[in-house]
Amino acid sequence: MAIRDRLSGNEAVAIAMRQIEPDVMGAFPITPSTEIPEYFSSFIADGLADTEFIAVESEHSAMSTCMGASAAGARAVTATSSAGLAYMWELLYVVASARLPVTMAVVNRALTGPININNDHSDSMGARDSGWLQIYAETNQEVYDNFIQAIPIAEAARLPIMVCQDGFITSHGVSNIDLIEDEKVKGFVGEYRPENYLLKHENPLAVGPYGTSPYYMEFKRQQAQSMKDAMPIIMDVAERFERMTGRKYGFFEEYMMDDAEVALVCIGSSAGTGKEAVDRLRAEGKKVGLIKLRVFRPFPRIPLAEAMCKVKAVAIMDKAESFSNSGGPLFNEARSSLYDLKDKPYAINYIYGLGGRDIRVEDFYDIYQDLFVIIEHDDPGDVYRYIGVRDSRFR
Amino acid sequence: MNRDGVEIRWHGRGGQGAKTACLLLADVAFNTGKYVQGFPEYGPERMGAPITAYNRITETHCNVHSNIYKPDYVVVVDETLLKSVDVTNGLNEKGAVIINSNKDPEELRDELNGYKGKVCTVDAKKISVDTIGKNFPNTPMLAAVVKVSGVIDETQFIDDMEESFKHKFYNKPQMIEGNMKALKKALNEVQTS
Repeated sequence: MAIRDRLSGNEAVAIAMRQIEPDVMGAFPITPSTEIPEYFSSFIADGLADTEFIAVESEHSAMSTCMGASAAGARAVTATSSAGLAYMWELLYVVASARLPVTMAVVNRALTGPININNDHSDSMGARDSGWLQIYAETNQEVYDNFIQAIPIAEAARLPIMVCQDGFITSHGVSNIDLIEDEKVKGFVGEYRPENYLLKHENPLAVGPYGTSPYYMEFKRQQAQSMKDAMPIIMDVAERFERMTGRKYGFFEEYMMDDAEVALVCIGSSAGTGKEAVDRLRAEGKKVGLIKLRVFRPFPRIPLAEAMCKVKAVAIMDKAESFSNSGGPLFNEARSSLYDLKDKPYAINYIYGLGGRDIRVEDFYDIYQDLFVIIEHDDPGDVYRYIGVRDSRFR
Repeated sequence: MNRDGVEIRWHGRGGQGAKTACLLLADVAFNTGKYVQGFPEYGPERMGAPITAYNRITETHCNVHSNIYKPDYVVVVDETLLKSVDVTNGLNEKGAVIINSNKDPEELRDELNGYKGKVCTVDAKKISVDTIGKNFPNTPMLAAVVKVSGVIDETQFIDDMEESFKHKFYNKPQMIEGNMKALKKALNEVQTS
């Protein structure tokens, strides 16, 4: 029986950590993820989890702690946001290329300039090429479920994983949630038994050696392969999770897509607001749909392209600006995935929600309206757009 | 709101407990079996700065994750905000604004930018000083919003809050009685225009 509760997203992650009971948590606080190590360390202090909590002096050290612990054969977790993630940068690449399955709760927050504590995806999107798996959540329920699934995904794929949620919107928003019993979670994640690790005396090994040119590229190709191989692992874990909870997960969720004429693709909590717009527009007889991307790394190129091809025009939403002058990161990858297909939809980009700019049901109405205009005129217009910006020169 | 529920917006100042009251309201509504959202809007907050918090209370799961622009009820925890914040912006005229004030509701209407709906006041400062011994306006304001909105049955609300306070003030049991008195007094003393 599920345990009915009401929690913030940060509380939900801390509870997932207590249930998973990892060997090590290395942590340094940063808004809005601070509550995760706060709550979890109080669980440890109360004797509710047998985890070595290592309070360090920076995020660089938090990730170094996880790296060392994971290389030694321990299950290691951490949590961070924004500049904290940026300060881990060097280690993100080291952890991924050493194939260490560290699990990190990322509570998405804008990267500075001007300083801002609110939500967008610029922190984790910036880390998209670091070799980490990335899973995003719409709700507190999803971030809890994702965190539990992240452990077996990372360990089977031998890759580190970021479990992302929207700062403040879900991290500090309290809403209903169904928790899973402790023993079921423990059974689901199982014991971590790595094949090789630093402290395994039967098989001495070096971790993090220099990669000379004759070997470096083979390392990278294997690492790229591991991303590809993570695809079926993610689906296997999702199926096992569905058998336990009844809650279904995949690379993405399709909402009202079967007969849709236009659709949007987005990541995170805004998908919920978009679904409300879909419900209202459907009630008006408009055939609109929505695709919520859950897994961004590995990028589900082929299935996502197939899903987008159900419609005539698609708006791809980015809560991060790349300053590329050609759209945000999700847009570029999603649109590129359509290139080889014959009957593909128009694909346009909206940058939205930067630094906590609220996106409302009415904004999604406007986007769907724009998409209908595109199919009516058979012309995509400028594909690189903004929504929700107040400066009239840029509307 | 368009759905089967109620949307509430809280205006307060940092340190007055508006966020706590918002989360307590989510708690009590949750305990009656509803779907709830309770979330604060964060900025560079400090003690005394205006803050906003929101509740959605619905019969089915609510997908929306935006702020609330057309609330059914607005709670103003600090009367001085009426001069600097347009608290009734977007407020449903079939709803109400509930203000912490010792004034008669009609005396405040001029400060509400032409809002034509119901105006309610409760002297939360006096109630909390009389019952708790200090100015903690959020407890009486919570009772006032329950009374005015009818979102939760009053008897169930009182029973639930007693449990919540027992939990919240586990280490300060002397706080429970005063807070319970504050709630009951506020339920009886809300004035409506």
